[in-house]
Formats: sequence, C-alpha cells, structure tokens
Amino acid sequence: MSLIDSISLPRGVRLPRVDGLIQWIVPLAIIAIWQVASVTGFVPTRVLPAPSDVLLAGWKLLLSGELVRNIWVSFWRASIGFLIGGSVGFAFGLANGLSQLSAKLTDTTLQMVRNVPHLALIPLVILWFGIDESAKLFLVALGVFFPIYLNTLHGIRTVDPQLIEMGRIYGMTDGELFRRVIFPGALPSIFVGIRFALGIMWLTLIVAETIAASSGLGYMAMQAREFMLIDVVVLSILIYALLGKLADSASRVLERATLSWHPAFQKR
Amino acid sequence: MHTAVRTSLPETELAGRAHFAPHARVAREERQEERRARTTSLPLSIRALRKSFGDNEVLRGIDLHIPAGQFVAIVGKSGCGKSTLLRLLAGLDKIDAGSIGFGQDIQPEDIRVMFQEPRLLPWARVLGNVEVGLGRDRASGDAHARAEKALSEVGLADKRDQWPSVLSGGQKQRVALARALVSRPRVLALDEPLGALDALTRISMQRLLERVWRDQGFTAILVTHDVAEAVALADRVLVIEDGRIAHDVTVNAARPRQRGSAELAGLEGSILSHLLSADDRT
Repeated sequence: MSLIDSISLPRGVRLPRVDGLIQWIVPLAIIAIWQVASVTGFVPTRVLPAPSDVLLAGWKLLLSGELVRNIWVSFWRASIGFLIGGSVGFAFGLANGLSQLSAKLTDTTLQMVRNVPHLALIPLVILWFGIDESAKLFLVALGVFFPIYLNTLHGIRTVDPQLIEMGRIYGMTDGELFRRVIFPGALPSIFVGIRFALGIMWLTLIVAETIAASSGLGYMAMQAREFMLIDVVVLSILIYALLGKLADSASRVLERATLSWHPAFQKR
Repeated sequence: MHTAVRTSLPETELAGRAHFAPHARVAREERQEERRARTTSLPLSIRALRKSFGDNEVLRGIDLHIPAGQFVAIVGKSGCGKSTLLRLLAGLDKIDAGSIGFGQDIQPEDIRVMFQEPRLLPWARVLGNVEVGLGRDRASGDAHARAEKALSEVGLADKRDQWPSVLSGGQKQRVALARALVSRPRVLALDEPLGALDALTRISMQRLLERVWRDQGFTAILVTHDVAEAVALADRVLVIEDGRIAHDVTVNAARPRQRGSAELAGLEGSILSHLLSADDRT
C-alpha cells in the first residue's frame, strides 16, 4: 500500500506548503458540487440532504451530547476489539513464524477458519452473546485477527535468511536475533496487516452495530432511518469516512516513525 | 583462551594516545608495529577434510597448512567447492570427516567472515551495523569508540549516522569490512567479497583489503573467481579442482604490488591455463 503511494507521488514536484492541501481538493470540490446541486433542487433533499443540513444535524446532535457519546462508544468498541484481535493475531503470527511445530499444529486450522466470512457468524454470535458489548468485541477481534496474523507470519518468514545467518555468526543470542533482525525485518509487513485490519475493524463494527446494538454510530444511523432523518443517516456515513481516514493516518504516523530506515520513507 | 580477548582490549587506549600525538605519522607507524606484534594471527591446519551435500561429494580430502598471517587466495571454477571450504573454515557448516585446527582454543570473535553481499541490517545506522561485529563485547563501554575507529579505518567515519540504503555498493562492503574487523579477528575469511562491485571500486577495495591486512596481520583466506585479484592480493594461490587442491602457487612479488606488472601477469596466465586445461579434460 505504502509502496504504491510513494511511487505515485512524483518526487521532483514537491511544493512544501501546498502539498498537504492537495489531497483535500477533491473532497472539498465534491462537497461544493453537492451543496449547489441540493440548493438548486437538482438533487431532492429526500434523496440526499444538502451538506449544510447534514452539518446542522451534526451540530444539534453535538449539543445534545448524543453524537459524542455514540462516537465514543463506537471508538471504544473498535479499539478494544482491535487490541484483542490484533494481539492474538500477532502472537499466533510470531509463534507460527518462529516455530515449525506451532505452524504445523495451528496454521491449517486457522486457514480454514479464515475462509469463513466472519460477518456470517453474526446470527450465531447474537445467539451466544445477545446484543451486549461482547458480541461486537468478538466480531471485531475476529475480523482483525486474520490480516494481522497473516502479515506477521509472512513478514517473519520472509526475513532475509542471509541476515539471520549474519546475526548468528556475530554471536547474537536468540533474543537479540529476534529484537535486532527478525522483528525489524517483519515490521513493514506487520504494518500492511495493521492497515488492512483497521479497514476491517470499522466495517465489522458498523455492520454489527447496525444489526444488533443499542448505542454507537451504527445504531444512531439505524434509529435515524426509522424516523426518516436522512440528514443523520448521511452524517453517520460521513463520520465513518472521517474515522477511517483518522485511523489510517495514525498508522501512517506510526509507520513513518518506526520505518524511517526504509527507502520508501526517506524523503528529505 | 583469554589471550585472544585480551589482545584487543588496550587497542583503543593506544589509538586515543596516538590521535593526540603531535607527530601523528610517527605515532601511526609505531602503533602499526605494536599491533602487528600483538595481534596474534592464527595458523590453520586442515587434515583430510571431506564434505558432501546428499550424494554430491563437494570436498574430497583437503590437506592444507596455512601459516599464521598468510594471505591465501582460493580460486576454481564455480561449483568446485571453494566456497564450501571457506564455510567449513568459518564454522558455518559442519564437516563430514577430517579436521580443521587453529593450534589453540579460539573465541568466536577470532574468526570473521565477509560475504559477497554486505548483509548489513537496513534498520540500523552504519555505526550500529559495525557494532554488531563486536559480538559479545557489544554491551561494553568502549563499543562506540571501537566501532568508530573501525569505521575510520575503512574511510567512512563521516557516514556513521547514515542508513545503509543510502550508501553505494562499495561503501556498503566497506562497512561490512569494518564490522568484520572491529573485533580484531585473527582469521578473516572472505567469500568473493568484491564480486558484485564495479571494476574501479573493486581495485580500491583490493588496496584497502591489502592495507588492513598489513596493518592488522590477521590470516586472510580469500575465495575469488578473479585470478588477477588472487595474484594481486595473496601470498599464495590455491587452485581447487573436483574437491581437491590441484595447484599450490606461491606469489613472491613485493608489496605494495604493482597491478599489471609482468611478474603478476605471468603468474595470472599460468594459473588461468591450469584452470582452463582442467576444463578441456572434462
């Protein structure tokens, strides 16, 4: 992902000030066109309310405290689910990447489970957990598990064996070898997993909240649909987009900080 | 057992003094003399060495004695077993039969290997990569100073805080050389270390190798496919054919050697004809 980004940016033409703004031109233009289309009646407000109406709905919800509460609930579920699923996936990735026995024991099973779409488990999960928090956390964790597991495993298995041999020749202990050679070598791949996982995290959470919840952004959108509040529905969708972008940016910042050695991250 | 570690310890103290001496040149010569005396290079005795990979017998009985401090080059066609021999000497692979002796007990830091690829850690700065070479001494207080000194010996002191990815191929190989030398090894095994470099870089690396070898006086074993490189650097060139030492050629030319001189060219020609005649026979 990051590789493609870095290639598609022409290195020669970098306008330092404007550069950060360029990416916002298209979204802003879309909003402007949308506003004009709504105001002129080209798009009926029953189909798509004007951006200003959506903003107004957001403002009202913000004042009532409902918006913050729902965002917070969703954010909390997403993070906890991500942490649980991510750490379990990372642990299995490590174990199976480092130990042949562990890989033989669990990899086939995990690959089978991976091929079941985790959202297909929603009916089962509701039967198990009802619609309380654990149902959502379980689904998010399950969704996040696989991209992190697969990419951690891939990262560890593709660490240059020549570097590992070098480390051994120079007397590194197993712990040092992991800390100084294997983990840093697997890190770029692990980040790819994290970014995939972040996407799946939101997707899973929204679907779960839409189907079975009594709070959160997905629930807010479903409630609004019941009362025909189309501006709130659109608002929820926009917030998803924003949160998704936010999560992606956060992982990029982390990536930049830890992969500064990588040629793809060396600009200046 | 302890002497091996001890020899390298007072080194930095000495270098520090030399650095501040008013007559730096004199001090440098003194330091070299002292070092040559102190760095005890190791002799190698190889007896009836054999190695097979599956049904393929790569080494079929190698008998070889290398005196301490000698620069030996091993040449041969690809697949003749020269790299295998080097890996066995360096302890990277297990021997099937026979023995390799160094005349005394050795520490892991006493033998270092340099490969065709630099094998630098891309996520460690240049200085950090050199520190890897200290082995168990990495945690010691003077690790930084020793790594910096090794870096300046290969002429890369100003690159200490760079990532390896920004270095040229020759510079990477020099960092790898600094990493191999930082622990003051007594045997340095080189597996075609200059094979991937362009012609000019290769020549300057050969000079650097010759210089550090003369400075530090370790036993050097160089595997190469370049016969000109072998005669330019080595005291002795071994030609390996079919898993055995077929020829053992002594190179007596004075150092520093004149590249392209008639003496070296003649030797190169005769070694090449050995290699080619072996080709005709098969």
